Amino acid sequence: MRKVRAAAAPYLLALPAWIWFAIFFVVPIAAMASVSLTTGNLLEGFQQTFSFSNYAKAVGQYHTQLIRSLIYGGIATLIMLVLAYPMAYWIAFKGGRRKSMYLFLLLLPFFVSFVLRTISWGFLLADDGILFGPLKSAGLLPGDFHVLATDVAVIGGLVYNFLPFMVLPIYVALERVDPRVVEAAYDLYASRWAAFRKVVLPLSLPGVFAGVLMTFVPATADPVNARILGGTGNTMIGNIIQTEYLTNNDYPTASALSFTLMAVLLVGIFVYARSLGTENVLEAAAR
Amino acid sequence: MTEIQAGTEAAAAASGAPQVPAIELDGVVKEYLAHGEVVQAVKGVTLAIAEGEFFSLLGPSGCGKTTTMRMVAGFEEPTRGVVRLLGQDVTNVPPNKRDVNMVFQSYALFPHMSVWENVAFGLRRRKVAEAEIRRRVGEMLEIVDLGGREKRRPREMSGGQQQRVALARALVNRPRALLLDEPLGALDLKLRQAMQIELKRIQREVGITFVYVTHDQSEALTMSDRIAVMNDGLVEQLAAPREIYERPATAFVAGFIGTSNLLSGAVDRVESGCAVLKLGEHGRVLVAEASQRAGDPISVTVRPEKITISTEEPSGDISAVRGTVSEVVYLGLYNSYAVRLADGAEVTVFQQNALDSSSTAERGDAVWLSWQPHHSYAIGS
Repeated sequence: MRKVRAAAAPYLLALPAWIWFAIFFVVPIAAMASVSLTTGNLLEGFQQTFSFSNYAKAVGQYHTQLIRSLIYGGIATLIMLVLAYPMAYWIAFKGGRRKSMYLFLLLLPFFVSFVLRTISWGFLLADDGILFGPLKSAGLLPGDFHVLATDVAVIGGLVYNFLPFMVLPIYVALERVDPRVVEAAYDLYASRWAAFRKVVLPLSLPGVFAGVLMTFVPATADPVNARILGGTGNTMIGNIIQTEYLTNNDYPTASALSFTLMAVLLVGIFVYARSLGTENVLEAAAR
Repeated sequence: MTEIQAGTEAAAAASGAPQVPAIELDGVVKEYLAHGEVVQAVKGVTLAIAEGEFFSLLGPSGCGKTTTMRMVAGFEEPTRGVVRLLGQDVTNVPPNKRDVNMVFQSYALFPHMSVWENVAFGLRRRKVAEAEIRRRVGEMLEIVDLGGREKRRPREMSGGQQQRVALARALVNRPRALLLDEPLGALDLKLRQAMQIELKRIQREVGITFVYVTHDQSEALTMSDRIAVMNDGLVEQLAAPREIYERPATAFVAGFIGTSNLLSGAVDRVESGCAVLKLGEHGRVLVAEASQRAGDPISVTVRPEKITISTEEPSGDISAVRGTVSEVVYLGLYNSYAVRLADGAEVTVFQQNALDSSSTAERGDAVWLSWQPHHSYAIGS
């Protein structure tokens, strides 16, 4: 009896998490799947018709925004990778005793709300705001110069908001690289560049993999940056889903769009994991 | 006298043939800045290691032996002094341009590479032709007895196997010298002993200079042609193992290598080449080849296994002191006795366990200890 109880202990300990997971993830997903297969409107009510017409409508009508979201998310992720890797590298190898302080600085913006931070970026980038206003009156920039309501503003906002999620996993992976292994590479005639390319970089790939997942998915689905920093031509799929739900009350279309986005992201992740060599990544990550 | 000759012979054999030493350290000093203070890790080391020699740097942790080795490898730059490899000044040459390779304490194998890729790493960096790499890596894996395990990852292997991969990875490059930093530290006793013999075999086979850093005196005694005993950033003694053991130059060496007894006093008289110092009422210690004159203070070491225990006063021109057995420890191969002398000093004596057990002394027995004059060795004169 005691043995049985001991064996059951881990499961019992995980039970609250499982219940939480069931109520806040499985149930909503199932409900949304069901809603995505209904037809009707808010006034006359929705009927479960198991019709896939919502999906056809979603993709047919909003593929532009869907593709734009993937492109924005992709570009933002690439920029974040380029910015984050040197940052993580520097903190991990040159941070010395101040490592924790640098990490704290990295996370400091999180003490301010996500939306507020994005709005303040809006102020900074406003056509006659504190940054461009003086430059324009000084004649250093043409009068019609603007950044707000462009691709640049939206992608810039995404990069700014999600950068720490790229830095942290890469930092963790780099931190775990044994400095003696890097010394061994130098000892075996590797130049600094060769030691990085052949030893440090491969050993940090699990962090890069995690960082890309943690930034690409939320950046692609994000509605806030496009709404605050973008114009009509920069609408992302997150904005459409929000509008369909909250303004148009077209729950079936919004649900179908959400599922389409999820499916596209899942397929993307799968292909990405495969091409990067899941086995190697998982193997290295398991170490 | 015969022991001394054997010791110097080994040293001469090791340093005899080539004119230019494989490794030369000339007045090497390494200073660090720690908490705003200058700390000297190495306080001035000058030594020459001959080609093909198995050379050990032996000392307690913090004595500067690892720092010394890292300066030879190029990971640390000396604050002062010169490092030469085969006569060439390499003091400021980075490690990737030095023709020496290192076996790290924790092996530092590349965890994301197979055994084969680990061993081929250095050759690939040097752009050796692929066919040559295949041949040399294959050959080296045979030497370290790892043929057939090329595709394994380091963490799928035992400690002893990883150790041999690390060895192969360094040796395959045919360096001028191989530096080994406590390479057997992580292995258990049995495996360590087996690897000691294995290392010696491999060194003979490849004929490369080995510089071996260890804090384990038995390891250094077993494998080395010569040993530099280091303490507090300085070399205390540099000699063949036998000489280091039989004729320790300083009290530190005597205490660090094996068990040793230290007896101090003043020279009473010099008789037929032997300095005699009186110890207690009836005790006398005879020291062969002491340079001290009557009245000079003298410190003498004597190894526990050279001392004989008896109940009767020994006669003849030998050292003899009286004491009381305060402790007897049975150690299988031998008994270890602690004998307290009249002046309070404690002397350790090892006596082999013979079949006849009646001769063993008991705790509390009054005994005589005796040894030959040439087994007393005056130090730090």
